[in-house]
Amino acid sequence: MPIKTVYTAQIDHLQILDENGVLDEKLAKDTLTDDQVRYLYEFMITCRTLDEVAFKLQRSGRMGTYPQNKGQEANAIGSGFAAKKGVDFLVPCYRENAALFLHGLPMHYILLHWMGDERGNQIPEGVNMTPLSIPIGTQMLHATGIAWAFKLRKEARVAITYFGDGATSEGDFHEAMNFASTLQVPVVFYCQNNQWAISVPRENQMNSETVAQKAIAYGMPTIQVDGNDLFAVYKATRDAVERARAGGGPSFIEAVTYRLADHTTADDARRYRDPNEVEAWMGKDPIIRLRKFLEGKGLWNADLQAAHEEKSRAIVAEVIKTAEGIAKPSTDDIFDFTYATLPAELEAQKRTMRTASLAQEPQQAGLNNPVNA
Amino acid sequence: MPRTPMMIEKGLTLVDAINEALYQELERDPRVVLLGEDVGLNGGVFRVTEGLQKVFGADRVVDTPLAESGIMGTAIGLAMAGMRPIPEIQFEGFLGPAYDQLCNHAARYRTRTRGAVTIPLTVRVPWGGGIHAPELHSDSPEAIYAHTPGLKVVCPSTPSDAKGLLLSAIRDPDPVVFFEPKRVYRSYREQVPEGDYTIPIGQAKVVQEGSDITVITWGANVFQCLEALDKLPDDVSVELIDLRTIYPIDTDTIIQSVQKTGRCVVVQEAPKTLGMASELATIIQEHCFLYLKAPVQRVAGFDTVMPYYKLELDYLPDAKRIVETIGLTMAY
Repeated sequence: MPIKTVYTAQIDHLQILDENGVLDEKLAKDTLTDDQVRYLYEFMITCRTLDEVAFKLQRSGRMGTYPQNKGQEANAIGSGFAAKKGVDFLVPCYRENAALFLHGLPMHYILLHWMGDERGNQIPEGVNMTPLSIPIGTQMLHATGIAWAFKLRKEARVAITYFGDGATSEGDFHEAMNFASTLQVPVVFYCQNNQWAISVPRENQMNSETVAQKAIAYGMPTIQVDGNDLFAVYKATRDAVERARAGGGPSFIEAVTYRLADHTTADDARRYRDPNEVEAWMGKDPIIRLRKFLEGKGLWNADLQAAHEEKSRAIVAEVIKTAEGIAKPSTDDIFDFTYATLPAELEAQKRTMRTASLAQEPQQAGLNNPVNA
Repeated sequence: MPRTPMMIEKGLTLVDAINEALYQELERDPRVVLLGEDVGLNGGVFRVTEGLQKVFGADRVVDTPLAESGIMGTAIGLAMAGMRPIPEIQFEGFLGPAYDQLCNHAARYRTRTRGAVTIPLTVRVPWGGGIHAPELHSDSPEAIYAHTPGLKVVCPSTPSDAKGLLLSAIRDPDPVVFFEPKRVYRSYREQVPEGDYTIPIGQAKVVQEGSDITVITWGANVFQCLEALDKLPDDVSVELIDLRTIYPIDTDTIIQSVQKTGRCVVVQEAPKTLGMASELATIIQEHCFLYLKAPVQRVAGFDTVMPYYKLELDYLPDAKRIVETIGLTMAY
């Protein structure tokens, strides 16, 4: 018997707006209007401003560890804009702030989270998202489950989950992909391949040439896009979301991008990254190419830039004021959300802020005055 | 790594001491392999493995893919095949994905093969709270692993103990979970013996002798206890025990002390219910029942999820709570 080929595959790479701001008009057809691009560009500047100020807050001791989003904003903004606010559901990692804001998360929530305050995770009613996910690669299964519920209830809704290149090494990632594909649920797997998992470069993380090809094993439509290209991100995500909404099951998007900053403020990427590599990616910054594009169309200029930067600083100053104006929660907050109803021992711990039985009930030790009375 | 002039003069931090133990063992035993996320080029996120990849090469100090189950599971395979793997799990909260491999496989292999296959691995894990870290970076899960038959669990508090216990752990024929209290990674320096020495696993240390009350703790809480001791009236004589090994428990040292003092307070960062303090209190009532002058007390974390850092210090046992509980126990 002759050997026959039973499967072949290819991965397409989509870029619509190149790093010089030149648009492929044909591919850009029916994507973003000029007004939308301008709005999203302005939003990107505001998000970048917040990100830079958050970094400074950490450095000046006003906030804990923070993972900068810098350089990756086109991913969050293009994909977030492709999903329906109030309908679709976001299941993020921790480098998609802008998508969360687009879907209604007040900006100060992100700061609260990194200021060590759980109330930053208390997503407001009607805002469809899970809070930031700190461990790597666990949240994609939740997105699959959420999408499964949409399918069971015949709701025309889609879940988008975000994760990095490193997360695709975790077992949970593969389980999520297989469940989603086998059950044909409406979920979009959005991989921000930012080339680095802390200090480990993508080529040491996996031996596959692309991340996108991992989806082929799960029989899922897959594409690689330029993650710093707002148009490509928007188009690929919109197509995937529409397909999912129409009952076409899950899709995978590998967005090639770059973490311009350190992994977090606790990291120092200079220890392991070639500065020339960072320098090269600086030129691919999504903000630079969008500005060139808008200026080329006569929709933007230095005055508008200066005005919007000032406006962004004012917005961000207000956000920080709000976040820092929220007082430390009372110690009741440690206990109150552990269960719907607190067990008696936890009630005692909450009331006394003590675990030792004699400290909870000092009269046992012959002391009449309870410690916390 | 070899000591710098500053280390020679001022001593080693906990991080330095662990690094030195790893360096010496990599040099001594060609079977030793370090593996984990960011342990190589970056020297670990806490720099515990700083410089080791440069000296011993990327085959022996290995930056793995980002997969805790993969790290633990392949470490088991390495151990089975005659290597001495030292996997690192970056934070104790990330032991979750590795739990199955560690508890259902590493811990059970000796038993299920009637001793034909053993798993001499040492998993290093930064442990505990107090550094204002994000979620799942501040837990104290030692009781979970102490409750897993087949695992040994170590948690040193000082640089000298860390070096000696780590060398014991690496040379131990069974899997050892080596918890490193990250709160005191760099909090102070002490002179550490430069050569090869081991501290036996399963041996507690009497930090300070006393006759009125025994205080037992481990990890970073040793320092909150020392602070508490400073604040106590001079007429209270406290015997402070640093458990050092969580399992196997040094029952002899504990029994001897509590039979002498008749009172005991156990201090732990972990949640109160079913923590190690619960087991220690049981051992004490089993062996010291007629010696006891007061009920054994637990100063512990609350039975809640470890809060984000704004409330972290309200959660963790501090000197104030320890002093108060010692006082109440003395007054009983």
